[in-house]
Amino acid sequence: MKLTLKIWRQKNASDKGGFATYPVDHVSKDMSFLEMLDVLNEELTEKGEDPVHFDHDCREGICGTCSLVINGKPHGPLQTTTCQLHMRSFEDGQSITIEPWRAKAFPVVKDLVVDRYAFDRIIQAGGYVNINTGGVPDANEIPIPKTIADLAMDAAQCIGCGACVAACKNASAMLFTSAKVSQLALLPQGQVERKTRVEKMVAQMDAEGFGACTNTGACEAECPKGISLTNIARMNREYFSASLTSENV
Amino acid sequence: MILDSKIPAGPLAEKWTKHKFNSKLVNPANKRKYDVIVVGTGLAGASAAASLAELGYNVKAFTFHDSPRRAHSIAAQGGINAAKNYQNDGDSIYRLFYDTIKGGDYRSREGNVYRLAEVSVKIIDQCVAQGVPFAREYGGLLANRSFGGAQVSRTFYARGQTGQQLLLGAYSALSRQVANGKVKLYPRTEMMDVVMVDGQARGIVTRNLITGAVETHAAHAVLLCTGGYGNVFFLSTNAMGCNVTAAWRAHKRGAYFANPCFTQIHPTCIPVSGDHQSKLTLMSESLRNDGRVWVPASKENAEKLRKGQIKVSDLKEEDRDYFLERKYPSFGNLVPRDVASRNAKEACDDGRGVNETGEAVFLDFRDAIKRDGKAVIESKYGNLFDMYKQITGEDPYTSPMMIYPAVHYTMGGLWVDYNLMTTIPGLYCLGEANFSDHGANRLGASALMQGLADGYFVIPYTIGDYLAQTPPKKVDETHPEFAKVAQEVKNRISQLLNIDGKQTIDHFHKKLGKIMWNYCGMARTAEGLAKAKAEIKALKKEFWSDVKVLGTNEELNLSLEKAHRVADFLELGELMVDDALNRNESCGGHFREEYQTPEGEALRDDENFAYVAAWKYMGEGQEEELNKEPLIFENVKLTQRSYK
Amino acid sequence: MSWVTKTLKSTLGRKLIMALTGLFLILFLTGHVAGNLQLFYNDGGEAFNIYAKFMTTNPVVKILSYLTYLSVIGHVIYSIGLSRLNQAARPVGYAVSGSSTNSSAASRNMGILGTIILLFLVGHMYSFWYQMHWGAIPTVTYEGETYKDLYSVVQIAFQQTWMVVLYVIAMGFLAFHLSHGFASAFQTLGWNHAKYSPAIRAVGLVYCIVVPILFAAMPVYIYFNS
Repeated sequence: MKLTLKIWRQKNASDKGGFATYPVDHVSKDMSFLEMLDVLNEELTEKGEDPVHFDHDCREGICGTCSLVINGKPHGPLQTTTCQLHMRSFEDGQSITIEPWRAKAFPVVKDLVVDRYAFDRIIQAGGYVNINTGGVPDANEIPIPKTIADLAMDAAQCIGCGACVAACKNASAMLFTSAKVSQLALLPQGQVERKTRVEKMVAQMDAEGFGACTNTGACEAECPKGISLTNIARMNREYFSASLTSENV
Repeated sequence: MILDSKIPAGPLAEKWTKHKFNSKLVNPANKRKYDVIVVGTGLAGASAAASLAELGYNVKAFTFHDSPRRAHSIAAQGGINAAKNYQNDGDSIYRLFYDTIKGGDYRSREGNVYRLAEVSVKIIDQCVAQGVPFAREYGGLLANRSFGGAQVSRTFYARGQTGQQLLLGAYSALSRQVANGKVKLYPRTEMMDVVMVDGQARGIVTRNLITGAVETHAAHAVLLCTGGYGNVFFLSTNAMGCNVTAAWRAHKRGAYFANPCFTQIHPTCIPVSGDHQSKLTLMSESLRNDGRVWVPASKENAEKLRKGQIKVSDLKEEDRDYFLERKYPSFGNLVPRDVASRNAKEACDDGRGVNETGEAVFLDFRDAIKRDGKAVIESKYGNLFDMYKQITGEDPYTSPMMIYPAVHYTMGGLWVDYNLMTTIPGLYCLGEANFSDHGANRLGASALMQGLADGYFVIPYTIGDYLAQTPPKKVDETHPEFAKVAQEVKNRISQLLNIDGKQTIDHFHKKLGKIMWNYCGMARTAEGLAKAKAEIKALKKEFWSDVKVLGTNEELNLSLEKAHRVADFLELGELMVDDALNRNESCGGHFREEYQTPEGEALRDDENFAYVAAWKYMGEGQEEELNKEPLIFENVKLTQRSYK
Repeated sequence: MSWVTKTLKSTLGRKLIMALTGLFLILFLTGHVAGNLQLFYNDGGEAFNIYAKFMTTNPVVKILSYLTYLSVIGHVIYSIGLSRLNQAARPVGYAVSGSSTNSSAASRNMGILGTIILLFLVGHMYSFWYQMHWGAIPTVTYEGETYKDLYSVVQIAFQQTWMVVLYVIAMGFLAFHLSHGFASAFQTLGWNHAKYSPAIRAVGLVYCIVVPILFAAMPVYIYFNS
């Protein structure tokens, strides 16, 4: 396969950045998308040019590190992570535009690498159960209906990649935030701090400068783990009822 | 030096309890006067950092990722073992202990392994309390499955993403302490060296991966929780960033490296498809519960299959060799990982491998689908089948999967005593980065168990014993040793940047990987290992004169990051070869072709090799010194593992 | 900041305002379309004019109408605020957009659709609402009581081709706005449930087709019947 890559290059956070075009040859259909970029980077290095920087790690679709917008779609044409995308999803001779996640809360570090610390701070605001190590009851002490455990797991599957933010026209982080809110709101272990948690996490999400949700559903459609919009609805419910009934004036 | 494992005396079941009681405590009011550095935020690192911060210590946590949640623990699929005996099927702490010792081919410490089994039950309680959504039965209680050849169902799981859920649990505990101000998090910061003052670990030197700034951090103790070194093979199931650098730097400062040649090759990985391959993808071992492993019975058929002259469906039942079921009737497809891997390799070496490369065997679900229906198989393995299809473009529901072994886990690591302290006082090592619990082979679903056991339930006790004997007044960053080590790090950076050679870093990494895989992989020989040693030496020389590292230090520079890591892998590779060459026996993941039973099984030599090989770094270009820690078995009887 | 303002200033709170005002306007539209169906009576406008007088004088309706004005103003002001916030959340946009593959055009263009509908609304209110309240319009007498003859104003207005075309097009925009807005409001309120959401979506779909068609049918009917 022969391809033309149009890649966003930006030296650092303060650089303006722009697109550079690279023709690539000898691309095999069995390569993953990132392996195709590896090959490009090897060629660039041999020529003495700075390789394209992009985030990646596990290459199994679970760590959530890879983050490329490929032809306008986060993680490319399939509903999967970039690392699980293979070149057989592309046509010979195709032109591919590769951009970083775009959001005020995800500043570009270099080329296609962005910072997603905002997600960590949202979790730090309350995405946990306030317990110390030790002193907890036996694991089977509280039975949890399978359906509830499954729903919680559906939400907990979020890999924190940020594709939801990248896909959303408003760069909203509602799907990410709601996934954690949902998981802990569904499980009995999360009940104690249920109200405070959602209030704090939403406040942090807003403080980070993410947009609001306009229910376009783009996040769900692009989420590599298929996190459902029902989580956002649940977070809305949780938030409104917490606002009305919590003790936090 | 005599290696003192500090295993407490007394009956096995009382060792840990007694040890905890005998450990000194730090007064609650004094805990805030102690600083602890935790390097790595995987299961071991995140759980340790969170637990120590909860106790009141000031923790600095470092990760080279952008977030602690990216650590490679996240990729573990299958599950986590715990001796809960919820299934009433005869499990117990002693049985988990016994299985682990036996599975590790009697090359681990009884005391450590028993403690691991003992605290395993608390891990599950802790994780459930954190909100980890483990799989449940309809009655609302936790579900278990049998995993990796265990005769009891003791594996807890969260779909195929157990590692993810456990890591996110530890990450949430860590995040809570970050919010409390007890943990200061340093993302995108890589540890470059350990700083020692008067023979004790007193801090580390780091490089900020965004700005390139070389910084120093002082503390009363340093914990390395930096994972395994499987990427020395270039192709492995490890994440791209996994590396040995932190452990290796500590090794060069005096921490002994134990059993480096013990690597685990996982049998169910997607085969290599070409030279462009950057990593191998593991598929959960649980697939072997229903899939049947086979190759064509004859070389002729295998060759025709490889060339595409016949199809899989053309092969009749009698043309297929279900070699695991044939050779191991009682365990069948569920034999331990090392046995399954080696047999796959043998079949391929015999010319009966499939795939275009001849380096693959079938994992067939035809009979399982016929027996249980497609829906049942889909509900069990749907996500794995989808993943397989996405990567290979083939549908495992209609044609058998192809698998091949790949490097997956490293049992070796920094030598630690019962307190998880390395041979450097004040320097601890947790999780996969240490060598302690898995012997020569790790059982499935035990890696998560060990990482969390070390972090949640071992280090909080053992570190207190050390800190209680350390004055709160700390050696701080102004001590000249910090500046000295920082300068050494800077020198090494500029050395790498100034080589200005012709070959890329990956060129060296791939070459090293090939040497390691061919000579220090699934089967090893003295002759091959000697050859490997010479080749690695030459490659290392070439690296330092001809590698091309682009860019500058003062920016995000992936080439520079990788150059450091590959440079360390080159040194580690040589030590692995030394270790493999020294160990004139076969055990677990270490298979020396010279030492096998007439049936081709691993032949241990308990008389001469029932010891931990702990290597001491002797200086640049010097051969490392071997130190032996004898393994004493008071409770189990050493037997030949048999899965027939 | 009190908890009320804190909630209403959050992104979720602002969305709540959008949803509540939107839903109230949907209720209003339902009443509006039902009442205006009287334009189809062939009674020379008697029923319609009596209805128009009732709607402008009844105290309960008055309260409802003030709520409607408030909803329109709230819906508009909050949408402006949210749009600005949303734009600020992505200062640098994408060179290539793949949004057509992951979301509906209506959902992505609610602001534009809403703006067009607002402009239409201003004209529409000037033509009828303003005239009814303060304009010099003819009167008629039914059973001794005097009524403003809004019916004839409507009749005259929709004799003009451009007016009819404009109204039909505007109702098309309204249809698209509602096609997303209806179900979206319920989602924002947190009403997304496996059991009820299919029904909400179905009602929303019927609503966004039927109501604008009925509205559009009125000028068309008058145009061809006079």
